[in-house]
Amino acid sequence: MTTLDRATFLRRGAGLLVVGFATGSVPAFAQTSSGAREANPLGTRGKPDVDAWLTVDRDGAVTVLFGKVELGTGVDTAMAQLVADELSVAFEAVHVAAADTALTPDQGYTAGSQTLTSGATPVRAACAVAREALVDLAATRLGVPRERLAVHDGSVFVAADPSRRIGYGALLDGHRFGRTIPPHPPLRSPSSYRIVGTPVPRVDLPGKVTGSYRYVHNVRLPGMRHGRVVLPPRLGATLEHVDQTSLRGLAGVQVVQRKNFLAVVARDEWTAIRAAQALRAQWSGGKTLPAQADLAAAVVATPGKERVLIDTGDADGALQSAAHALHARYTWPFQSHVSIGPSCAVADVRDGAATIWSGTQGVFPLRGAIAQLLGLPATKVRVRYVEASGCYGHNGADDVAASAALLSQAVGAPVRLQYMRADETGWDPKGPAMVVDLRGALNASGTIAAWDYRVWTPTHSGRPDGLAGNVLPGQLMGESAPPTYIGGDRNAPNDYAIPAQRVTIVDQPTALLRQSALRGLGGPGNTFANESFIDELAHQAGADPFAFRLAHLTDPRARAVVEALRADWKPGRGFAFCHYENTQALVAAIADVDVDRASGAVRVRHLWIAHDCGLVVNPDGLRNQIEGNAVQGTSRALKEAVRFDRHAVTSVDWESYPILRFSEVPAVTVRVVDRPNEKILGAGEATTTVIAPAVANAIFARTGARLRSVPFTPEAVKAALRA
Amino acid sequence: MHATPDTPLLYALRDELALTGPKFGCGLAQCGACTVLLDGSPIRSCVTPLAAVGSGRVTTVEGFGDADHPGRVQAAFIAEQAAQCGYCIPGMVVAASALLDQHPHPSDAQIRTALDGNLCRCGTHLRILRAVKRAAETPA
Repeated sequence: MTTLDRATFLRRGAGLLVVGFATGSVPAFAQTSSGAREANPLGTRGKPDVDAWLTVDRDGAVTVLFGKVELGTGVDTAMAQLVADELSVAFEAVHVAAADTALTPDQGYTAGSQTLTSGATPVRAACAVAREALVDLAATRLGVPRERLAVHDGSVFVAADPSRRIGYGALLDGHRFGRTIPPHPPLRSPSSYRIVGTPVPRVDLPGKVTGSYRYVHNVRLPGMRHGRVVLPPRLGATLEHVDQTSLRGLAGVQVVQRKNFLAVVARDEWTAIRAAQALRAQWSGGKTLPAQADLAAAVVATPGKERVLIDTGDADGALQSAAHALHARYTWPFQSHVSIGPSCAVADVRDGAATIWSGTQGVFPLRGAIAQLLGLPATKVRVRYVEASGCYGHNGADDVAASAALLSQAVGAPVRLQYMRADETGWDPKGPAMVVDLRGALNASGTIAAWDYRVWTPTHSGRPDGLAGNVLPGQLMGESAPPTYIGGDRNAPNDYAIPAQRVTIVDQPTALLRQSALRGLGGPGNTFANESFIDELAHQAGADPFAFRLAHLTDPRARAVVEALRADWKPGRGFAFCHYENTQALVAAIADVDVDRASGAVRVRHLWIAHDCGLVVNPDGLRNQIEGNAVQGTSRALKEAVRFDRHAVTSVDWESYPILRFSEVPAVTVRVVDRPNEKILGAGEATTTVIAPAVANAIFARTGARLRSVPFTPEAVKAALRA
Repeated sequence: MHATPDTPLLYALRDELALTGPKFGCGLAQCGACTVLLDGSPIRSCVTPLAAVGSGRVTTVEGFGDADHPGRVQAAFIAEQAAQCGYCIPGMVVAASALLDQHPHPSDAQIRTALDGNLCRCGTHLRILRAVKRAAETPA
């Protein structure tokens, strides 16, 4: 059972430790389009009398003020399940409000599979305290000691006489609680859950499959214009001259230039697109990239800070005394998010105030960056979350929002800006390339004696963090921000019992291409190296790869998730295991592949995934996440690498950056290890880590060819078959 | 409408007619998010100029049902929970509907072929395949 960790709670920036209910009716959540000048109906955040996390209206409808956002993973549904059970209301009575800097608490970014874990913790705690407060109110109203009361379905009633009941809405009418959340809130036992653990259909799907769902791409404001950006032809190029005459014949187009940030604004979308295509601009200079073929060497040559994460036993000594030490280098490429919809935002910046509708992962960190960019105080900037196309990390959403704000400020009217395909695929912050060197050796009994791991990794974050220098338009205007070192070490340490091992991280502040978080951060690259290398050691030991993992795993949950695939294992298939972040979900995978030796083409026929993420909130939602990670992971493993020439990214559309298609999608069998009495662990990323190594190990099992570099393209496989 | 004859159908639908079911994905006819029916056949509305539509009959995903009364294919997508972000799904629903018009009981291979030009990044393909099969087994 999760309890409220006060330190975590505060660190997450929740700020408010008060559950309170506003007197009278619920604040008007009905959205108006007046945008920037709309008063904040809840007043200034931070006052102790403000209900930070939830409201209940007179009809008993519950609104959850959740600072995390629905990225397409089903968290609005799962959160409503958690709230319904903790508060004892019907699932249908719960509405999860979209994050909004004017309305919801600052819970940082929606990232890292933390939404239903640390993200949900304060909400669940608030619900527990609210439920107790409602019982207290009912005790007074009914004149019955609270010990004789019970709650169910949004009502408090006399346990011995259920006809004597009062609904939550009626109880709260005109009342104010002002209760604080104690260090150990009275959370319900999982055994009492009725809605958590059931496959409640997702609340967003009827709208999504019928076309009525509101995406940020669909936001329309009165007088709204359409923008398109004109990004540099070379990274780091300087804009020398813009030839406005090139737009002759296109009515009403405005050019907006701020140093190297260049864009057009028009009355309609098609005119904006044509203007961006027609605009002639002269650019000079720019940075020089290494040749694509030299990427691994360039990553290793990038300066960084060395950090020894683990150093137990005498790894060097064991490796030197070993008869046959094994060495291998693994490389992970730059990869792109490639959300199907290029990022989009709508901004209304007028009269010294701004409202931005964005699919960002963090409304507050983005607000700070935009405020800096616009030269406005943060209190005058409001960022409202509206779901965008699928988010698998830090894609173009923040950049396009900041750019839209600049355009609206420049033209004095609301502006909708959508990236074109090439803007998104070419300029989204990339999951960065990594290189891992591994050395290992077996002892006489055929288990691993020594393991020496070294990864050269850029930070996997370039998130807004409240700084203009972290968003693309800010960078084009010459702003910069200090690096934050996040995610390169994720799953660099393994979970295996090895007597002598060292894990060294070379943290690099930047990457060759602008980097940020892509699903799993360093987890997929590090797990690819770890799980490929242990497979190589198993082969050297002459051991069955499945049994070899088990021989080195001691944790019961780790062993159980591996054992869950025992019936699916057979020689000729590939295996991989990962304990995500070494503390989160546990996942194992088996891959079955076909390899066409003539062409080098790999077809992943079937993936089996075992998954333990503790208490399962929504079993079907979990399966959807696991399947999605498996398919996306297959795509990343087989196909995906950002291509570049010496000056710019050249993989800018679906031809040059292909992803897995229906004809190539494997069957996926999911085996959930349900642990209803364990705390919730996230499920948004873990499965992504095991796909590439399971596929690489399967290719080896089928052909004897060892793929040590992602992606496993036909050319790469043919080269490995010849090696 | 104010749109010029060279304006792709997609922008007229989304910006002038407020039919925002069809989505902009690439503007290059590479991803299928903008798929609509023109006289019953699936087309990429992002590269189809209004001039080429003429007096043809256009059906968007909105034409198959709404959230309260989803059409057969839409209901099957809901039953199979066949979406995550959902951005590609309107194109999938339209393409699948066109397939079922041609082949009321398609094989798995036929469905995969028919939808191969429709891209999904969340990885909901397997659910979409199940949804199309379910729709095929549902009386129209």
